[in-house]
Amino acid sequence: MSESKVTFEKGNVALAKAAVAAGCRYYFGYPITPQSDIPEYLSGVLPRLGGQFVQAESEVASVNMLLGAGATGKRAMTSSSSPGISLKQEGISYMAGSEVPGVIVNVQRSGPGLGGIAPSQGDYFQATRGGGHGDYRVIVLAPASVQEMYDLTVLAFDLADAYRTPVMVLADAMIGMMKEPLKEWVPESQEPAKDEWALTGAAGRPGRRIKSLYLGDGELAEHNWKLAQKYERIRREETRVQTELPEGCELAVVAFGSAARIAKSAVDRLNDEGRRVGYVRPITLWPFPEAEVRKVAEQGVPLLTVELNTGQMVEDVRLAVEGRAPVHFAGYPPGHLPSPDDIYDEIVRRLPAGEEAA
Amino acid sequence: MKPVFVRPQSLTDKPFHFCPGCHHGVIHRLVAEAIDRFGVRERTIAAASVGCSVFLYDYFDVDVVESPHGRAPAVATGIKRTNPDKFVFIYQGDGDLAAIGTAEIIHAANRGENLTVVFVNNTVYGMTGGQMAPTTLLGQPTTTSPYGREFGQDGYPIKMTEMLAQLEGVGFAARVAVDTPARLTQARKAVLRAFETQLEEKGMGFVEILSSCPTNWGMKPVEAVRRIEREMIPYFPLGVYKERKGSDAL
Repeated sequence: MSESKVTFEKGNVALAKAAVAAGCRYYFGYPITPQSDIPEYLSGVLPRLGGQFVQAESEVASVNMLLGAGATGKRAMTSSSSPGISLKQEGISYMAGSEVPGVIVNVQRSGPGLGGIAPSQGDYFQATRGGGHGDYRVIVLAPASVQEMYDLTVLAFDLADAYRTPVMVLADAMIGMMKEPLKEWVPESQEPAKDEWALTGAAGRPGRRIKSLYLGDGELAEHNWKLAQKYERIRREETRVQTELPEGCELAVVAFGSAARIAKSAVDRLNDEGRRVGYVRPITLWPFPEAEVRKVAEQGVPLLTVELNTGQMVEDVRLAVEGRAPVHFAGYPPGHLPSPDDIYDEIVRRLPAGEEAA
Repeated sequence: MKPVFVRPQSLTDKPFHFCPGCHHGVIHRLVAEAIDRFGVRERTIAAASVGCSVFLYDYFDVDVVESPHGRAPAVATGIKRTNPDKFVFIYQGDGDLAAIGTAEIIHAANRGENLTVVFVNNTVYGMTGGQMAPTTLLGQPTTTSPYGREFGQDGYPIKMTEMLAQLEGVGFAARVAVDTPARLTQARKAVLRAFETQLEEKGMGFVEILSSCPTNWGMKPVEAVRRIEREMIPYFPLGVYKERKGSDAL
């Protein structure tokens, strides 16, 4: 890989640059705040690289364009924000069912409904539970910095190709709109050969089908089990988490994305003050780092889940913990972005009594 | 002895599952003939749609991706934009193209996507069992318009070819039928023109084909064929509605 110098970049632009670095030359999208930097950037860059930028008539159309491009084995992407992602669920379900790779970016705003344009993590359930109809999963990557907007987007393309499945980058208005130092790097291509399955025109071979309709006796069950085995492999091999557990940890904060970013300031401050507070940041939301979270609970460490919603990931934390340790929750629905001080107070409130440092 | 009638090479030998008297089989053949005629089988990618025609991947020996209901024009856009050297066709019924997929077809047409569109209009939702379609004729009873389609309740049957012919991105738009040998010949020509339009990069080549659905019309096949001339053609006039000539680039 080759690295460039450090620049000061917006999260959305970092993500768009990463897509280009990862070899994505095709983008299909529809304008929506707070992610429009992505199509704006790519509409300038892709045509000059011999690629295609298509502003579609709708979110529905753009995700189906992604399905078409992905079916031919081309690296392609669409991006949107929460209400637009709801519309894309149809195509995501078809892509999962037809095993078509593709990258879908959700720079979350707030809901339900039209909601607002403030940062939110209200789409955790939608992202991690598949989102559309049917029994499927989507790999969900949650960047917590501008650098990760870049790094995880590169990873998203590799995972999509490796597993022939849609991958979502789940950011939010804060990570997407803020500027931070970014070190761009050009990955060595991880793009696998796709001759075995992609639609390329049936030259010298019978026609191929990429489909999700299975009407024969037992066919669909077999297909669903095949997908389930793939998801199991993904669980085993692709779970990613950042864990920092001090010796004698008194409590660990579990948070992802921008909430994790804010929480980290509070955790660091408490540790500087002599407390022993752990930090568990799921990087893949699906697969959820169950084993890591369980390990913390098995040491009897209470957990505090911090989210920019009224409680979604906390359900996965509880499922992982299975009653082994107390699981607390601090939620910040859109409109009130917490400060590190707010989270500091929440942590202090939950720390075991009588052990507070001076 | 020279054979005078053979199966087109780009059709598989799988027997059609279509109901007796249905025109999908005839229309499949016309499309397959065109694929053979232009020699594009080895660079064709088709987007199937939802409805009776979803199974076209069983019958065409070409690469096929299945699209969600109504989205074939978007799926095909994704294919063609990323593979401009491929020949891309879509095949949609009236519920698929003219109801749930109206936005996709209009905007693919308006962008001048170099796609060939075969639109099969049989005035009814076939696969779901005969419900009212956007093209259902006034007075036509269906399972969801049991007293016959009525304007005040359901609006008028939609004329897609006329609408699409208005768009600059469309290079060719025609409505044909396959109910008589003479019309079949016209239909064959129109399908070929819809192919040529793409090959010449003149934008969307669109052909609407009036088709029978004896099962859901509650008619015998011969009766159903007669209905095309008696009821459908008067409301859906046949003809070429748009043709971008020779050097008229898009």
